[in-house]
Amino acid sequence: MGHHLVLRVICKLLVPLILLFALYVQFHGDFGPGGGFQAGVLFGAGFILYGIVFGLGHFRSVVSPALLRTVAACGLLLYLLVGVAGMLLGGNYLDYSVLRENPASGQHLGIFLVELGVGLTVSGVMISLFYAFADRRFRE
Amino acid sequence: MLLLFIVVVAIAIAVLRNLFAAVMLFGIFSFLAAAVFVSLDAVDVAFTEAAVGAGIATILMLATLARVGGHERGVHGHGLFPLAIAFFTGLALIHATSDFPLVGDPSAPAHGHVAPRYLKESGSEIGIPNVVTSVLASYRGYDTLGEVTVIFAAGVGVLCLLGAAGAGARREDKKKE
Repeated sequence: MGHHLVLRVICKLLVPLILLFALYVQFHGDFGPGGGFQAGVLFGAGFILYGIVFGLGHFRSVVSPALLRTVAACGLLLYLLVGVAGMLLGGNYLDYSVLRENPASGQHLGIFLVELGVGLTVSGVMISLFYAFADRRFRE
Repeated sequence: MLLLFIVVVAIAIAVLRNLFAAVMLFGIFSFLAAAVFVSLDAVDVAFTEAAVGAGIATILMLATLARVGGHERGVHGHGLFPLAIAFFTGLALIHATSDFPLVGDPSAPAHGHVAPRYLKESGSEIGIPNVVTSVLASYRGYDTLGEVTVIFAAGVGVLCLLGAAGAGARREDKKKE
């Protein structure tokens, strides 16, 4: 891995930009194209690029597989809990209007949290999949 | 024109025996599909197609190729029967398209059901400029919850099949001890 100097420098430049763009897509999904699914995939792609260029040993010290699995599970849990929160506040399951006084801002909050959950799950699963495929080769 | 490109790429994928080239062509295929979605004004779908189909799926297929080798082996027979099945299924599908409404037809069933209400009311009900997000996350929250569950379940399934990364390494460490 010591030879690909250009690749490593470019990768170091690109990864922060990719992650930043992923966050932009995540939080700008209300106004333009994008949302949790796309952002999760982009976020995962940034990490996967890092993992490919710098090797899995290095990658493991950045994100551990257990953390990824936790993140993926937490995303789904967040989505479910937003639904339950709506029920506890007197609405239907996944009805965000009751989350705040003003129905519209409640919808804003609900959509924000739900999209965040989607993004967490998608990115966690995507990086885990990459790990699962690449790690086997690494071991053999 | 884009559709023509897609057909050419699809035929090339079917004909090629070099799996590495086929994976690359899959990526091109996804990008062309994304371009078609853009030309149909479905930007969100195009975004997803480009990110998932051309990005992540290609990487995962390459990771698989790194394990199984880059050349297709063991091609049995000449496959006339599968070709016939594919041909007649394709004919049936093309025949079915004659029942489709035209693109942009305002009287199409898809535009007559709940879509006008979403387009009219979502501005005041939800207050988000991107109607796609409103429909995806709020009006159709259950569907999206289902999608996320499917993604999560698929990830768990793959991890179970391949052995979760880290668990195997730990086992090997124990063996060494």
